[in-house]
Amino acid sequence: MTLKLGVPSKGRLMEKTFDWFGARGLTLQRTGSDREYAGAVTGIDGVDLVLLSASEIPRELAAGRIHLGVTGSDLVRDTLAAWDDHVTELDLMGFGHADLVIAVPQAWVDVDSVADLDSAAAAFRAEHGFRLRIATKYHRLVREFLKREGVADYQLVDSQGATEGTVKNGTAEAIADITSTGETLRANHLKVLSDGVIHRSQATLFKSRKAGWQPGDRETLTALQDRLGTLV
Amino acid sequence: MNRLPKAEVRAEALRLRARFEAAGATPVDPAVLQPAATLLDLYGEDIRARAYVTADPLRGEQMLRPDFTVPVVQEHMAGGADPARYTYAGVVFRKQENDETRPNEYFQVGLEIFDGADPEGADAEVFAAIADALSGLAVKPATGDIGITRAALAGLSLSDDRRAALMRHLWRPRRFRALIDQFAGRKPTAPHRKALLATMAAGGDPLAGAGTMIGLRSADEIRARLDRIARDADQPPLPAAEVDLLDQVTGMKDMAPAALERLRDIAVDLPPLGPATTRLARRLDALDARGIDVGTLPFEAGFGRTTLEYYDGFVFGFTVPGRPDLPPVATGGRYDALTRLLGRGAAIPAVGGIIRPEIALHLRGGASG
Repeated sequence: MTLKLGVPSKGRLMEKTFDWFGARGLTLQRTGSDREYAGAVTGIDGVDLVLLSASEIPRELAAGRIHLGVTGSDLVRDTLAAWDDHVTELDLMGFGHADLVIAVPQAWVDVDSVADLDSAAAAFRAEHGFRLRIATKYHRLVREFLKREGVADYQLVDSQGATEGTVKNGTAEAIADITSTGETLRANHLKVLSDGVIHRSQATLFKSRKAGWQPGDRETLTALQDRLGTLV
Repeated sequence: MNRLPKAEVRAEALRLRARFEAAGATPVDPAVLQPAATLLDLYGEDIRARAYVTADPLRGEQMLRPDFTVPVVQEHMAGGADPARYTYAGVVFRKQENDETRPNEYFQVGLEIFDGADPEGADAEVFAAIADALSGLAVKPATGDIGITRAALAGLSLSDDRRAALMRHLWRPRRFRALIDQFAGRKPTAPHRKALLATMAAGGDPLAGAGTMIGLRSADEIRARLDRIARDADQPPLPAAEVDLLDQVTGMKDMAPAALERLRDIAVDLPPLGPATTRLARRLDALDARGIDVGTLPFEAGFGRTTLEYYDGFVFGFTVPGRPDLPPVATGGRYDALTRLLGRGAAIPAVGGIIRPEIALHLRGGASG
């Protein structure tokens, strides 16, 4: 009889999410101590707040354990195969903007486009005997993009953090990572390919296609959507 | 499609393998777990989307075999490259990222021929053995020949660099088309490339002030590619008439005898196509000698250009008309280059094909679905 709403459990993404709902007359708050991940929604009946790591929200939505969830559109697309079979986008929330991009060393003056990267990868493989390495944690999105673009002779190497440093450290030749201003990339002597934007991500309110809907839930959702459609 | 009981599918697989054995093939049984490095190096990242990768603390990344061809070729090449015929039956594993209804574990029965004495004869032998095993079923054959497109490329007025780039992207039709348009001068030069060429033409060094060199790709490698870019800019555009010939070849789709006739006509303007059409003619003769009705055999030059990229000559498949929900019941082709890649110097012409016994059984009415 209650709708479960999953939101990020900490950081700026949580604060911005609380602000976004607050501006629409719904108060989201953490309850209990600072360290306890419990929360409450006031301003509407029948909605439970579930605080989760942003990276777990796609999986929880796909499993149907939460009805609604706020997370980055990049995480949903990368975590879930055939993501739009599992979730639908209800609202683009207008914050948490970040682009997933392919970046290469600035010194690669011969490489500006994805086609250049492909050509450089062929020569690299012939010279070094292994495929050009691209460090990323967004394996599905990057692989699908490069397949669509017809890029060959590359391999993805997993990097869960400090990805911008992998080229300098010699564990990758290029990277695919999230950037908002590009400053970290520049500081690490990297540049974005001119047509290398894989996905423009932002915080998004998703609805699960897999969650069970009890009597009353649909009415709650309609009431919620009415509220979300109008800024107070 | 409803899945059939595994025991029934296994029995059908063994029955089919016994047929290939009776025709002279040696049964082999490659391991389910294969070293991932070989397959990744061969197929690239695409295979990660399709094969299950697991880790072994001592052996490193392992892959649940996504096909039999690679392990069979490896086993054969490790034991020398003598002529041989192999057959096998077992399950392969494929991740299904977009369609949950497609099985991720299914049987394959295969026949692989390693023999350079009469390649077109071997092509016909594999095709006929599979056609024979499927006789009586409502299936439709399709054939093609990657060698025809390769031969056409050999005949175009292209620099070696440009030809190599096209050969490399034979299996990626979209990038292939983009390259043709670029080489034919049908696409404007990108502003970045223009600026680069202008700098070099003025005697400037694009690498001067390029910033900190980081990573494994060296300044020498960057200069080598700059040289190639400069050389390529001097290339004359690929003449429109040649693009037209190539389009005629790659778009060829007809019954085999008619396709052969037209390819022979095109070979007058594109001489390197000659030997490839001769091979096609010999293959059709060999198929005819094995009782295949070549007069109604479809030929499509582009067939097989979007599959895994080891086929480099004859390719074929058998599909079920009116059932787009079913995968092909059989596929196969020639993979000479694969034996060289996995043979560490040795090579032997090779051709093979697989049947999916579950689909064959399904068509025999093994299930109501």
